[in-house]
Amino acid sequence: MQVNQEFRPKIVAFCCNWCSYAGADLAGTNRSNYPADVKIIRVPCSCRVNPLFILRAFQRGADGVIMCGCHPGDCHYTTGNYYARRRMTMLFSMLDYLGIEKERTRVEWVSAAEGAKFAATMNEFTATIKGLGENKRLEDLRCKTQ
Amino acid sequence: MQDTMMKRASELLADGTVVRVLGWKNGEFVYDPTPAVFDSAEALAQDFVYHDFCGSNLSKYLIELSRLEGKTLVFLKPCDSYSLNQLLTEHRIDREKVYIIGIPCDGKLDPDTVRSSAEGILSAVTEGDSVQVETMYGNVTLNKADCLLERCTVCKSHKVVVFDEMLGENGTVNPDSNRFDMVEKLEAMTPEERYEFWRGELSRCIRCNACRNVCPACSCEQCVFDSPTSGVSQKAAADSFEENMFHIIRAFHVAGRCTDCGECSRVCPQHIPLHLLNRKFIKDINTYYGEYQAGAEAGSRAPLVNFTMDDCEPNVIYKGGSK
Repeated sequence: MQVNQEFRPKIVAFCCNWCSYAGADLAGTNRSNYPADVKIIRVPCSCRVNPLFILRAFQRGADGVIMCGCHPGDCHYTTGNYYARRRMTMLFSMLDYLGIEKERTRVEWVSAAEGAKFAATMNEFTATIKGLGENKRLEDLRCKTQ
Repeated sequence: MQDTMMKRASELLADGTVVRVLGWKNGEFVYDPTPAVFDSAEALAQDFVYHDFCGSNLSKYLIELSRLEGKTLVFLKPCDSYSLNQLLTEHRIDREKVYIIGIPCDGKLDPDTVRSSAEGILSAVTEGDSVQVETMYGNVTLNKADCLLERCTVCKSHKVVVFDEMLGENGTVNPDSNRFDMVEKLEAMTPEERYEFWRGELSRCIRCNACRNVCPACSCEQCVFDSPTSGVSQKAAADSFEENMFHIIRAFHVAGRCTDCGECSRVCPQHIPLHLLNRKFIKDINTYYGEYQAGAEAGSRAPLVNFTMDDCEPNVIYKGGSK
C-alpha cells in the first residue's frame, strides 16, 4: 500500500457570512482552485470570532488559522470588523510574544466579489503553513487523533 | 499612619457616615496581612493593621460590599484607586455606597524577598531607604529598594485618582517609570528564545486560579474557565497547551482594562511574572491605538471596546513597527 508522505496541513478559516463566505462560494463557482486543507467555518461576522476560538482551533490540531471578513467600512453590521481588527491585532501580537510563529495566524479582508482573491489567499497561506510544518507549540496532545 | 487611619475610621463609624470599614488585618504572620471588614471601633482596635506588607488591592472587594446596606469605608493606595476607577467605569461598584480615603504609598515590601534575608519576622518598619526588620533572632537592616514588590520598583503613579479625602499628601504620576523594559527585552529575543522563556515560566503554573481571583479586572460573575467545556480543566495542567491557553485568554480578557496593579504577580505562588503578559497588551495598545491608562479617569472607553476608522491592520505586527 502506498502511503502519502506529503505533509498536509490543517487550516481553519473563519469566514464571515456576508462577504468572505460568499467570496469562497464565488471562488467555487468560478472554478478557482484552492487547497482542500482549508476548512471553512462560517461565522455571522468577523467580530463573532472570539480569541478563544482561534486558540481552540490550535488546540484541536490546526496548523494555521486565518480569519476573513468584509473590508473595513463594508461590514454588514456596520462596525463589527473594526472591533475584530483591534482584537486580532492584539491576539496575534500576544501569540508572537509567547514565541508561537506569527505566520500561522492571519487576517484577510475578502469581499463577496473577490473569489479570485479568496483562492489566491488560501493558496498562499497553505503554502506558508506547509513551509512551517506541523504546529508543535500550541497543541494539546490529548486532542490528537491516533 | 496606622493610628491616623484607625482614628479617622472610628470617627466615621461613630458619626454614621459609614457602617463598615474595609482594611487589612494580620494573617498568621505579620508578612501576610489579609483584607478584612470591620464593623465597629472595637474590632478596628483589635485587628486593624497597616504596614508595608499591606500590598493587597482592596478595590475588588467593594463589588460585593457596595451591594450591602450602608456605606463602606475603604482605604486605597494609588494602584488600588486606578482599579476602583476602572470598576466604576464598568458600573461594577456603586460610588454612592463607598467612602474612599486615599493613602499615599511609597512602595510595598515583597514578603518573599524579606523572608529570604530574615527568618522569623516579627515586624518590619521602613525608615527612609532602609527597612528595620525585627526577627526572633535579632534585628536586621535591609535596603528598601532591594525588597520592594516588582510593581513598586517600576511604580507608574503615586497619585490616588479617586478619593473622598486624603490622609497625607497626594503624589504625582510617574511617566518615566521603566515598566516596559522587560517586555522590550523579550520582544528583542528570537521566537525560539521567547518560547523557551515562556515555557519555563508558564509550565510552573499549578492552576490555583489565584491570579484570576485577585484580579480587580477579572470580576465576571461567571468565568469562562469555570465552564467544563472551556478546554481548560480546573486542575494542574496535564499539557503545556492549557497553561498557555489559560494565561493568554486571561490576559486577553483584561486587555485594555488592566490597570497594571501587579496583583497577579504578587499572589502567584509559583512566582510567574504574569504582569509581563498584561504589560505587553498595555504596550501594544499604547503603540497602536494611542496612550491609554486604564482607570486614570472614570468613564473612559477601553481601547478594545472602541475603534477608529484608520486603525492599523493586524499585519502591522509582521512588520514589527507601529502604524
